[in-house]
Amino acid sequence: MEWQFLFELTINGLLTGMMYALIAVGFVLIYKSTDAINFAQGEFVMIAAIVVAGMAANYGFPMVAAIAVGLLFMIVFNFALERVVLRPMIGRPVVSIIMATIGLALMLRGLGPLVFGAETQPLNIGVPDEPLIWGPLFMTPIDVVGAGISVMFLAIFGWFFMKSRKGVAMRAVADSHMTSMAMGINVERYFALAWILAGVVALLGGLVWGSAIGVDTQMAALGLKVFPVVILGGLDSIIGVVVGGLIIGVCEALAAGYLDPIVGGGTKDFTPYVLMILVLMIRPYGIFGKPIIERI
Amino acid sequence: MNDTAGSGGGVKLKIQGAAKNFGGVRAVSNVSADVQEGEIFAIIGPNGAGKTTLLNMISGFYHPDEGSIHFEGHDISTTGPSEIAALGIARTFQNIALFRGMTVLDNLMMGRHVLMKSGVLSSFLYWGPARREEVAHREKVEQIIEFLKLTDLRKTPSGALAYGLQKRVELGRALAAEPSLLLLDEPMAGMNQEEKEDMVRYVLDVNQEWGTTIALIEHDMGVVMDISDHVMVMDMGEKISQGTPDEVRADHRVIEAYLGSTDHKEVA
Repeated sequence: MEWQFLFELTINGLLTGMMYALIAVGFVLIYKSTDAINFAQGEFVMIAAIVVAGMAANYGFPMVAAIAVGLLFMIVFNFALERVVLRPMIGRPVVSIIMATIGLALMLRGLGPLVFGAETQPLNIGVPDEPLIWGPLFMTPIDVVGAGISVMFLAIFGWFFMKSRKGVAMRAVADSHMTSMAMGINVERYFALAWILAGVVALLGGLVWGSAIGVDTQMAALGLKVFPVVILGGLDSIIGVVVGGLIIGVCEALAAGYLDPIVGGGTKDFTPYVLMILVLMIRPYGIFGKPIIERI
Repeated sequence: MNDTAGSGGGVKLKIQGAAKNFGGVRAVSNVSADVQEGEIFAIIGPNGAGKTTLLNMISGFYHPDEGSIHFEGHDISTTGPSEIAALGIARTFQNIALFRGMTVLDNLMMGRHVLMKSGVLSSFLYWGPARREEVAHREKVEQIIEFLKLTDLRKTPSGALAYGLQKRVELGRALAAEPSLLLLDEPMAGMNQEEKEDMVRYVLDVNQEWGTTIALIEHDMGVVMDISDHVMVMDMGEKISQGTPDEVRADHRVIEAYLGSTDHKEVA
């Protein structure tokens, strides 16, 4: 019976981990192109979910239409955001972009509930609630669907950055804005593309997590929650985000299953951060991040 | 538009009274020069003479506060760097500016970015025209890799290469854009004798075999005098001399700028 418990915790941890990776990849998209950390990524997820849930609940949109509205909203919103707030910062120190995203995060956290209401709303993307029972294994359907969506889109993004010309150009932009311009790369256009992609990923994350935990401002905390995932895997690596997500997911599940009964609960919430600090001590650039080696 | 007539014939790049200020500092003032089609044009001068500022104006990173710059008859004084690259001007940087995380091959492919036409969607899909285009670009890049003898290093991350090789890769990346005007900012700085000789040979080959016009900044006088058709000397932001290497060598203003003014010492 004991190994079955371990098995179940691990599988569920892996599923949750993939769902973390879906949120975390939003950080990677921005970091890879602009070299900045977007502290508003969690708020993007929240606002995307709030829009979709609001459309479905308040205006009676069918789910597919509500998702389409949400997608359009995120694309337009992030496009405008890049134009108005972030583009003027091209060439400035990275820290000013980071500060802008922190301001943006606080603003979204205030504005979201103001416009769409603060109560927790359900989000139903048509995934059944009854648990999947497969032999001794006990799984939540939304976790399985969420992990599936995550695997699919992470594979697409991974391919995009490694193989496609646009993806490689985006990496070039991340490396040096000035050099990229000299290559004839329209840096502004790639910034816009990166932010739009981050918005689309946020929508996917919002749908999956909104279905799992309900939609309210608490969702914004996901941004902070996946931070250990991003740090663990390395800010510029998609494979890293997957591995980081899986490690964090499994650690959380094991902590909840084995440590919580002993100490009375709560270890699940801080184990990821303990792990993050340990990794930072050994590999400051994450497990898969690129170490910066200067040749002198 | 009248300038077009004036810059016809053999003038590739026409700089007219260009000036650039940074706050109260006059980095470049009233510099005029013509770079002829197909020549090697060298810009020399002591540190802080405004050479790199001038190069940055040509490549669009700065715009002249006064005067104008014409490339093949078009006014590019206010054109941005990515559009200037698309017009056929490629450059290297004084401090190596390779995409360090990328392989040599990917760096050169990035150099070809200006020539790539397919849009976001087709490059996502990677078939049809996008794929054919990719193959054609790849062939050209492989030619350049072979020309620069970088074949063994194609898949090496550029950041891991020795300094001289990085400079060579940067030249390759600029060449990948098939520019008609190539700007080199100190291509031989920090190189040993053998690396310098290699670089000189590549620069001459590019100029002679591909007909590329080259404007370069270089401190090594021996190299400059050997390979240049025309030399422009700058000091304190101003052009103090211009001509063939022999003419410049004989110009007393150049000697003053480099060795200090001997006349004044005698008077004092």
